[in-house]
Amino acid sequence: MSNYPKPDNETLLEIYRTANLIKQNDERIIKLMMAGKLVMPYYSPRGQEIIPSAVSASLEDDDYICTIYRGLHDMLAKGFPLDEMWAELAGRETGTCKGKGGPMHLTCPERGMMVTTGIVGSSMPIATGLGWAAKLDGKNRVSVANFGDGAANIGAFHESLNMAALYELPVIFICQNNRYAEHTSFDDSSKVETISIRAEGYGMPGVTVNGNDPDEMYGAAKVAIDRARAGEGPTLIEATTFRFNGHLLGESGAYMDKDLYAQAQADDPMPILRKRLVDEGIASEDEIAAIEADITARIDAAQKAAFDAPFPDVIELKRDVYAEEID
Amino acid sequence: MTDTNKMDMIGAINAALHDAMTEDETVLVLGEEVGDKQEGGVMGVTKGLSTKFGTDRVKSTPISEQAIIGAAIGAAVGGYKPVAEIMLMNFIAVPMDMIFNHAAKLRFMSGGQTNVPIVIRTMTGSGFSTGGQHSDYLEAWFAHTPGMKVVAPSNPDDAYGLMRSAIDDPDPVLFIEHLPSYWTPGEVTKQRIPIGKARVAREGTDITLVGHSLTVGQGLAAAEELAKDGISMEVIDLRSIAPWDKEAVLSSARKTGRVIVAHEAVKEHGIGAEIASVVNENLWGELKGPARRIGSAFCPVPFSKPLEEAFAPNAAKIGAMAKDMMG
Repeated sequence: MSNYPKPDNETLLEIYRTANLIKQNDERIIKLMMAGKLVMPYYSPRGQEIIPSAVSASLEDDDYICTIYRGLHDMLAKGFPLDEMWAELAGRETGTCKGKGGPMHLTCPERGMMVTTGIVGSSMPIATGLGWAAKLDGKNRVSVANFGDGAANIGAFHESLNMAALYELPVIFICQNNRYAEHTSFDDSSKVETISIRAEGYGMPGVTVNGNDPDEMYGAAKVAIDRARAGEGPTLIEATTFRFNGHLLGESGAYMDKDLYAQAQADDPMPILRKRLVDEGIASEDEIAAIEADITARIDAAQKAAFDAPFPDVIELKRDVYAEEID
Repeated sequence: MTDTNKMDMIGAINAALHDAMTEDETVLVLGEEVGDKQEGGVMGVTKGLSTKFGTDRVKSTPISEQAIIGAAIGAAVGGYKPVAEIMLMNFIAVPMDMIFNHAAKLRFMSGGQTNVPIVIRTMTGSGFSTGGQHSDYLEAWFAHTPGMKVVAPSNPDDAYGLMRSAIDDPDPVLFIEHLPSYWTPGEVTKQRIPIGKARVAREGTDITLVGHSLTVGQGLAAAEELAKDGISMEVIDLRSIAPWDKEAVLSSARKTGRVIVAHEAVKEHGIGAEIASVVNENLWGELKGPARRIGSAFCPVPFSKPLEEAFAPNAAKIGAMAKDMMG
């Protein structure tokens, strides 16, 4: 990993800014859900903030990403408009999907956020197709498939990685290994110790990095993204991490290993990066506090605008099923 | 009409693909063995395409149905118009998640921000003793799926015209090719045929037979026999199953007062149930009897020739039901 490119100070601060947006956004959602003000299935990305924040540092607006139901972190890192996201979470007509998709299907093509799926394993085949489109376009665009460790055991993983490698498509497969597939631990789902080892079987590079370490994550992603842009084909990155709020918000978490959970909490990447920024003189405590306060204000505004907006009209049931409205 | 316009269904679909790919550079083709190196498809439907348009646009894929449809969806969301082949209709069970959860729903779930203009070509039909997993008619699965369109040509002219319209269509279209009709020649006018419009294949006044694919020819043969007994049967070729031409069917039913819906899929929960219900609901009191259905026996397609023949609809069964309804 030592030969990976490292993020410069400005990039590191930007990674923190993005990750803090993800963290605060998550905390606000949970607060409102607990108060009964927001009702939706919620798969919290708390603990996984660094991964997409570090990946997106090397992505352009028109690069494609596909993500999954636990994907708000991926979307925010890609630049998903906060107002439209909140309006969608609240089921309002001003939502990015007019209130018809919800948290599991957030979409924003103008920021390259093409497909969010609620089906484990389904981001990979579609991201492969976007990679094909990107290659045909010839504009050096790349396609990122986000998925979890559980999805690596689905047949679509095999089909997609094989096809992407065969056609040398500009796809970056990012497996966010958060140690649990729903309630089943990684050790109980997989005989091998890493998912990245499977890359060799498809003829593409595979690497396991600490996804919570901004240097490692940024470096591995940059190498893979540069490789894809250069027309050299796909890469599988396994980013190890941990989800702090279990699979679905509200569950007991009794299936989780207590020692593993305690260690993950102790290794929470957010305070670690924050402290590092101050210790290394990248930003002062006051500067970081100002960044965080600005994010809080943005979330406040997005939340307020969302709840002030009207619900969609029932005519929407007939719209967007097909291009033409159903009569 | 000149002889040059006479082709079989294989030639007609091949011509439609050639013409569409020539006129529009965003039209792509992918599927198992579709390339010329693999003989241009197992039946030669895609012959010549990879040679003429190159292997960037024509992908002869591994046996990976999830990745085939996933790649088609991704490329479609990325601005292309892929025509994906799933060799046999039974194999469509493999990528069903991609079709049902993604291709059909992305437009709605994204609030109209993305759409999936793909065509899925697939062939099927009993008659070749291929047994339980190679010749089912599953059109009802897709007609029951909001967001999907389904077409099923019965002759070369419709095959050309419907393929061109399916490729033009901004939504996913399942294109069902009736394998036993592949080699039946006919005049091809190379005119687009609008999706959702039925064709009166034979005019009649006493009874209406509504069919598609196999049962159109059977209906015409039955009508010929019935005419000898002074019974005039109108034959309607649906051409499109979803959406289907309610106006054409109801108008014919109003005229004759008697309706049989015949399809090769098993009768139970088939599209005949939907069409007969709509006829009965709309024309109750005007009909001379309830609309009735003919379909295959409610069992997997059998292997043994006498069983296979007994399993499927035929002209004699249609004729017998028509006579029964005439009293």
